[in-house]
Amino acid sequence: MTDGKLRLPDRGVATSRPVVVGILGLFIAVVGAACSPGAGGGGGGGGTTTITVAAVDNPQMADLKKLVPEFQSSHSNIRVNIVTLPEDQLRVQVTQDVAAKSGRYDLFTIGQYEAELWAKKGWIENLSPFIAKDSSYDPNDLIPGVRTALSYQGNLYAVPFYGESSMLMYRKDMLAAKNVSMPDHPTWDQVAAAARAVNSSSVNGICLRGLPGWGEQLGPLDTVVNTFGGRWFDQNWNAQLNSPQWHDAVTFYVNLLKTAGEPGAANAGFTECLNAYNSGKVAMWYDATVGASNFTGDAAKNSGYAYAPTKIKDWSGWLWAWSLGMPSSSKKKDTAWAFADWATSKDYIKLVGTKLGWAHVPPGTRTSTYALAEYQQAAAGFAQVTVDSMAHADVTHATVDPVPYVGIQYVLIDEFQQLGDQVSQEIAKAIVGGQTVDQALQKAQAFAVAVGKKYQS
Amino acid sequence: MKNTSEFLPRSVVRSGGARRSAASVVSREAWALRLPLLPAFVYVFLVTQIPFVLTVYYSFFSWNLLKEGSFQFAGLDNYATLLTNESIRTAVLNTVILTLFVIAISVVIGLAVAMLLNSEIFGKGLMRTLMIAPFLIMPTAGALIWKDTLLNPLFGLLPYLLTPLGLSRVDWVNQFPMATVVAVEVWRWTPFMMLIILAGLQSQNPEILEAARVDGANALQSFRRITLPLVRPFIELGALLGSLFVVQTYDSIFMLTYGGPGEDTTNIPFLLYLVAFQGYSIGQASAIGVVAVIITIIVATFALRTLFSIFQVEARR
Repeated sequence: MTDGKLRLPDRGVATSRPVVVGILGLFIAVVGAACSPGAGGGGGGGGTTTITVAAVDNPQMADLKKLVPEFQSSHSNIRVNIVTLPEDQLRVQVTQDVAAKSGRYDLFTIGQYEAELWAKKGWIENLSPFIAKDSSYDPNDLIPGVRTALSYQGNLYAVPFYGESSMLMYRKDMLAAKNVSMPDHPTWDQVAAAARAVNSSSVNGICLRGLPGWGEQLGPLDTVVNTFGGRWFDQNWNAQLNSPQWHDAVTFYVNLLKTAGEPGAANAGFTECLNAYNSGKVAMWYDATVGASNFTGDAAKNSGYAYAPTKIKDWSGWLWAWSLGMPSSSKKKDTAWAFADWATSKDYIKLVGTKLGWAHVPPGTRTSTYALAEYQQAAAGFAQVTVDSMAHADVTHATVDPVPYVGIQYVLIDEFQQLGDQVSQEIAKAIVGGQTVDQALQKAQAFAVAVGKKYQS
Repeated sequence: MKNTSEFLPRSVVRSGGARRSAASVVSREAWALRLPLLPAFVYVFLVTQIPFVLTVYYSFFSWNLLKEGSFQFAGLDNYATLLTNESIRTAVLNTVILTLFVIAISVVIGLAVAMLLNSEIFGKGLMRTLMIAPFLIMPTAGALIWKDTLLNPLFGLLPYLLTPLGLSRVDWVNQFPMATVVAVEVWRWTPFMMLIILAGLQSQNPEILEAARVDGANALQSFRRITLPLVRPFIELGALLGSLFVVQTYDSIFMLTYGGPGEDTTNIPFLLYLVAFQGYSIGQASAIGVVAVIITIIVATFALRTLFSIFQVEARR
C-alpha cells in the first residue's frame, strides 16, 4: 500500500471528523426542524391597512372570500387577506398563533369550544365593547343558544358567522321505493331499520362519519352516545367510557356502519358523506344541518329532513357555530372589527342572498334570517329543523345524567383535542374490524382516565 | 481512525524537534483553507445547533402551550414518561417494523432492477428514468395518489382491477394500514436502492465474469460468488442511508392513515407531531425529539462508517 504517502499530510485527521460532525449536524437539523414551529410573515404598508384572516375551508367561507371586494370597495383603506385552511390544520395553526401570541392573524374562525377556553385565558378579545359602538349590529338578534355559547361572563368573545345543529337527511324517493317512511322525530332503531331496508349493492343505507378526529367522527358519534345515556365523565371526573351506555352506543354505531353504512367508513368525514349523498350512493345521512345547503341535483329535489334521531334522551342534535374571534395579540383591532362587523351583520346575509343566491346564506346565526321571505323559500325543507334543533341544543345538559363539563359533541377542556382524536382513532380501528368495540373502549377509557385525573384534585 | 498515523509523513511522527514548527505551518495552511468556509459553518451551526439545544432545554420542562404557567422545571419527568407510556412503545415498535420491512423489500427489488438495468436490454435509458420517477415525486402527492386514485374502495384502480378476484370492496388503507404504508414507502425507496446498487454493479469488471463463465460457473454461482460480494458494501450503504430516512417517515403516514386506525401506523415522528401539535405538550414532544436524535445518530454512525470503508476500498484499488 503506497497510497498513504500520496495523501496530503493532515488528510486522514482533518477530513473525517469535521465531515462526521457536519453530517451529524445536518441530521440533527432535520429532526430539530420538525420540533420548531414555522415562522410567519406579516404585511401591510402605505395608507391602507391589511388584515389577515384565518378561515376554515367550507362553502360559506368560500362565499365570504368572493364577497371581500364588496367590503373593500366600501372600506377603501382596508385590505383583507383571507387564508383558508382545512379544519384540522386551521385548529393547529390558530392554536399555535394564539398560544404563542405571535399576532400572525387579526381574525380567525373558531367554534364555541375555543371561544370559551381562550376567553378564560385572555387570549381573545372581548368583542362586546366593539359591538356597543355599532348601533345597527343588534346582538339581541343573534340566536340565543349561539350567543350564550360564544359568551364568557356575559360578554361576547366571538361573533357567529354560521351556526349548525345536526339532523337526518334522507332521499324520499329511495325510502318510498322500499315502502319505508321516516317520522319527523325518528328513533335510532327506526333509522337503523330503514337503513337496512334500503341497503343494496348499489346504494348504501346511511352515511355516518368514521374519519378519526374529534371534529369529524366524534361529532355524530357523541350525539349517539348522549342519547343512549352515555357521558365522558361523571360529576367527579371519573371517566365513563367503559360504561354499558358507551358500549351500547358505539356497538350500535359500528354495527350500523358495517351492515348498512358506506364502504371505507373509517375514511369518511363530512365532505366524503356529502359527495356520497349528492351522487346518490347513500339513501340517508346524519350530519350537520349545513349539509343541506350544499345539495345539488336529485339530492336537492328529493330530500326529506328529520330531527336528530334519539334513543333515551330527546333532542340529541349538536350545536356548533363557526365564529370570528380576534386574538388579543392583534395590532389592528379596530380594522379587524370593521371586517368582523360587516361579515356577521344582517346586511351581509342580504348581500349573500342577492349576489350569490338565497340558498348560500350562512344559516343559524340570526333570528332575522329566518324571517326573510326569500330565505324561507330557498330553505323550505330544513330551515325549521335547523332553528328548532339549535333552540333545543343545551350545551350544559348534553346527556341523561349530569356532567361536570360543557359541550354536546365535545368536552370543553383543553385536553379534549388530543383525547378526542385518540378515542376516535381507536373507534375507527373497531369500524374497520381491527379490534372489537370493547377493546377500543378499554383503550379509550385509559386515555380518558389520564385526563380526568387532572381535574380531580 | 486507529491507523491515522499511517497517513502522516514519517518526519512529523518521529522527529520531535522539527515537529512544532512543521505543525504550526500545517495548521496555518489549514486555517487558510478553512477560513472561507467559516461563514457557512457558522450559519449551519446556528440554524442546526440552536434549535437542538433549545429542544434539549425544553425537554426538561413540563411545558404545555394550552396551560398558562405550565413552564416549570420538571427534571427527567418527560423522559420517565417515555419509558412508561404505552403509546411510545407502540410507536417505537411501529418505527422498527416499518423501517425493517421497507429497507429489506426495497433492497431486494432494487437489486433485481439494478441487475436488469445493468444488462444490455432495449430501452435501458428510458427504463432507468422511469424507474427513478417515484423517488422524484413529492411524498405527499405520491401518498395522495396512492390513497385516492389507486386504493380508494369506491373508485380506486386497484379494487377495480381486483374485482374478478372478489376483492373489489377491500378498504386497503384501513384494513391493512401498515402493509399499505410499507408498500408506498417501498415504491418510493426502491429507486434509491437501485441507483446505489447500480453504481456498484457498473464498477464491476466484466472480464472477471467472463473468466468465471469460462471456468464453468453458471449465472447463479457467479452472482453469488462474484457480484454479490462486490455490491455488498453498496447494499449496506443503501440500507443504512435509507433507514436514516425511513425512520423519519412522516408525510406518507400523515396523508395515508394519519397514524391510524388506532395507533397501528403511528411511528416516532408522527407521535412527535401528535404530541406537539395536537396535545401541545412541547416538553414531552422535545423529549421524544431528543431520543429520536440519539437513535438517529447511532444509525448514522454506522452509515458513515460504511461510507468511509467504501471510499477507502475505492481509493486502494
